[in-house]
Amino acid sequence: MNDVIEAGDRATPPFFFTEANLEAARVIIAKYPEGRQASAVMPLLDLAQRQNGGWLSQAAIQYVADFLEMPTIRVYEVATFYTMYNLEPVGRHHVQVCTNLSCWLRGSDAILRTCREHLGVHPGETSEDGLFTVSEVECLGACVNAPMMQIGDDYYEDLSPDAVRSILDDLKAGRTPTPGSRIGRRSSEPADMPDTDAVTGSGGPDGGP
Amino acid sequence: MPKLTINGQEVEVDPGLTVLQACELQGIEIPRFCYHERLSIAGNCRMCLVAMKGSPKPIASCAMPAAEGMVIETDNPEVHKMRKGVMEFLLINHPLDCPICDQGGECDLQDQAMAYGFDRGRYHENKRAVEDKYMGPLIKTIMTRCIHCTRCIRFASEVAGVPEIGAIGRGEHMEITTYLEHAMTSELSGNVIDLCPVGALTSRPYAFAARPWELRKTETIDVMDAVGSNIRVDSRGSEVLRVLPRINDDVNEEWISDKTRFACDGLRRQRLDRPYVRRQGRLQPASWDDAFAAVAERIKGTDGGRIAAIAGDLACAESMAALKDLMDALGSPNIDCRQDGAYLEGQPRAGYLFNSTLAGIEAADACLLIGTNPRIEAPVLNARIRKRYLAGGFAIGLIGEPADLTYGYEHVGTTAADVGRLMTGEHPFSERLRTADRPMLIVGMGALAGRDGAAVLAAARRIAEDFGMIDPAKPWNGFNVLHTAAARVGGLDLGLLPGAHGRDVRGILDGTMSGAIDVVYLLGADEIDMARLGKAFVIYQGHTGDAGAARADVILPGAAYTEKNALYVNTEGRVQAALRAVHPPGEAREDWAIIRALSSVLGKTLPYDNLDQLRARITDACPWMAAVDTVVAARWGRFGREGTLSDEALASTVGNFYLTNPVCRASVTMAECVAALSGRPSARTGTDG
Repeated sequence: MNDVIEAGDRATPPFFFTEANLEAARVIIAKYPEGRQASAVMPLLDLAQRQNGGWLSQAAIQYVADFLEMPTIRVYEVATFYTMYNLEPVGRHHVQVCTNLSCWLRGSDAILRTCREHLGVHPGETSEDGLFTVSEVECLGACVNAPMMQIGDDYYEDLSPDAVRSILDDLKAGRTPTPGSRIGRRSSEPADMPDTDAVTGSGGPDGGP
Repeated sequence: MPKLTINGQEVEVDPGLTVLQACELQGIEIPRFCYHERLSIAGNCRMCLVAMKGSPKPIASCAMPAAEGMVIETDNPEVHKMRKGVMEFLLINHPLDCPICDQGGECDLQDQAMAYGFDRGRYHENKRAVEDKYMGPLIKTIMTRCIHCTRCIRFASEVAGVPEIGAIGRGEHMEITTYLEHAMTSELSGNVIDLCPVGALTSRPYAFAARPWELRKTETIDVMDAVGSNIRVDSRGSEVLRVLPRINDDVNEEWISDKTRFACDGLRRQRLDRPYVRRQGRLQPASWDDAFAAVAERIKGTDGGRIAAIAGDLACAESMAALKDLMDALGSPNIDCRQDGAYLEGQPRAGYLFNSTLAGIEAADACLLIGTNPRIEAPVLNARIRKRYLAGGFAIGLIGEPADLTYGYEHVGTTAADVGRLMTGEHPFSERLRTADRPMLIVGMGALAGRDGAAVLAAARRIAEDFGMIDPAKPWNGFNVLHTAAARVGGLDLGLLPGAHGRDVRGILDGTMSGAIDVVYLLGADEIDMARLGKAFVIYQGHTGDAGAARADVILPGAAYTEKNALYVNTEGRVQAALRAVHPPGEAREDWAIIRALSSVLGKTLPYDNLDQLRARITDACPWMAAVDTVVAARWGRFGREGTLSDEALASTVGNFYLTNPVCRASVTMAECVAALSGRPSARTGTDG
């Protein structure tokens, strides 16, 4: 849940796009008609968030507003409206555990508990080493492979507590675990289908899954 | 012209109207919170639901264009049930703290709950609570009461032109705020208080001061600027508690500036409530007789040419007429109403009026601003320019100090010489004026008060004539003078200008320095350099202890604009009648009566004994003054004095918007505004609410 924060309390270092992001921002703005650069506010906020270590500081919001010649409050409205913009610092890995209906029915409570216990933080908190922030989020659109969580840009699906522990340990050790299903599903075929090639490759008896 | 059926009655309406507007034309009232005539349509409160045949769901009438063949029902049990449902939802999170709410008694939500409210709630969860936001020293917020109509957001971004209010978060967590809770930097910010349909945004200075039903309401005229905004003064006993706008589409629409609204606490402070006479160098309380005797003693035997009078910025027409008559009777040609030394001539009238009229701004298609910053000189007029600007196809040029006017403009130049360059067509903006159908220009006091005032005025006249701004056939007169003083046009109309061989303000002050002027009569004149009055005997007639009273030798306590029946002429030349809301404090008297009484002590009794006789005399001299509330088109003529246009910068004469006259300088609220907007951290205490 994206709670409105008291942004006024946080003194932040100045923010400027890097050379590369400046170029990326120009490419994004060029997609829109002249004078409509405000349409680029969401991708630019995303760009700023990535550059800023996963969250939007006051300085970043102000910078994007100035960059797009928008009133700051308009940019702030967007940043507070969407839950994927973080208005507070997050750890290097932002672990977002879906606890919506499908994932919940498939055991997301255990997944969240595992994250909590393994990292020693409650949802919304950042671990002491600054590596992990755990959040509880609403549906991320991967219900067919529930339960799932998102870390950074990657989805980890068909999770079990053990799988979660190994993913987190990998991240802690600086490795990047392979995203996707933990039970070998390629897509969203039935979980108990032994050979997925039989379905996706040669097709079923009537020529389709 | 779409034809539709509303409640069984067939009606034909102009295309482009909404269903709600069509219903209003039929006299059918549709409840609403978010919809407002002068703001864009949001359609988010859902209170205006009506039933439309063929639509399975009710429609929001404020956002639905009236179309051919629609069948609308606004008043059947089904519609009532829908509205009751909406009301129940609105009240889920509303605190219902009406007994301690300042909006109580004049609250849209309260009123409409009378019609559509449910007498008990079915919601048993916790209500949401929202932290109050800081929006500056004028607006008190209790955001738990907010129903998210977004009127304040739309007003700030559309009318005021300062997009500083927004809605952050979403759904139940949506909150209205300014970015990081900065004070709103608009001269029109107080209007969000009127727009707020609930008690979320209320007046901070008026907090817990009174209930609306206790107040005596007087419809009158504002004098804080030369727009002459139509206001309602709410008073209790002898105190003016608040000022609200009245709707007048020709003048202020329904907005007023923060100065108009909030300077009224200045009317309670620093008041001159009894005459004073300076004895042994100190001002001492005196009776009227003593004060008049002191004046008479000094004036009797003084040659008229050694007496001078200056009318101030808040003077009413009656007092100025009486002052002029008195000076004539004393044989003094030294009289002036142009405290700031602006070059303005008494004839022709078109040479000092806002000829296009305020509403006429919306008909113009190009505008040149010369030496003016309308945003601080006349915020309501500036909102009108912005409105025209937003409609598109309006080229605006500025010669003067660059400033944020809330709309885009081309900065043509800064100096008087730049006016000349535009006149001769050297600047490309002159082409914009030439090709416009109804071009207009606005000359501010900043252009006329300088050394080149006369030449700038002449150049402005040339521009108006050469670029097709004067076209009696259309009819169109695009030459406009934007005054900063409510009294100015009245003073010019009544001829408060130096007579033959008379001295103007500069001359008077030179005279007092050199000893050529012995007696100066200040009628509420506080904006002159008092140090330059030298050794002159100064009579100050006014209502607030400011610079003039501090320098005076005799103080004659007068009435403020809320305390007298008086005529004011706004910058358009529109004569408007102010009505007395409260009595002047103590021994203070109406200004014309003071001058009339003094005249008989001086043995020059003026020929009127009551206000009607005085007004008859005024309308004899100025027939247009009889036409109250209307603008009489003025005849064009020659004015200004052609001369060299130097490199003198044309800057607005208004330094600080909040401190332009004695009343607002006495106002605590205005002082708080100055402190808050000058960047100093605002004082927030536990009692701020």
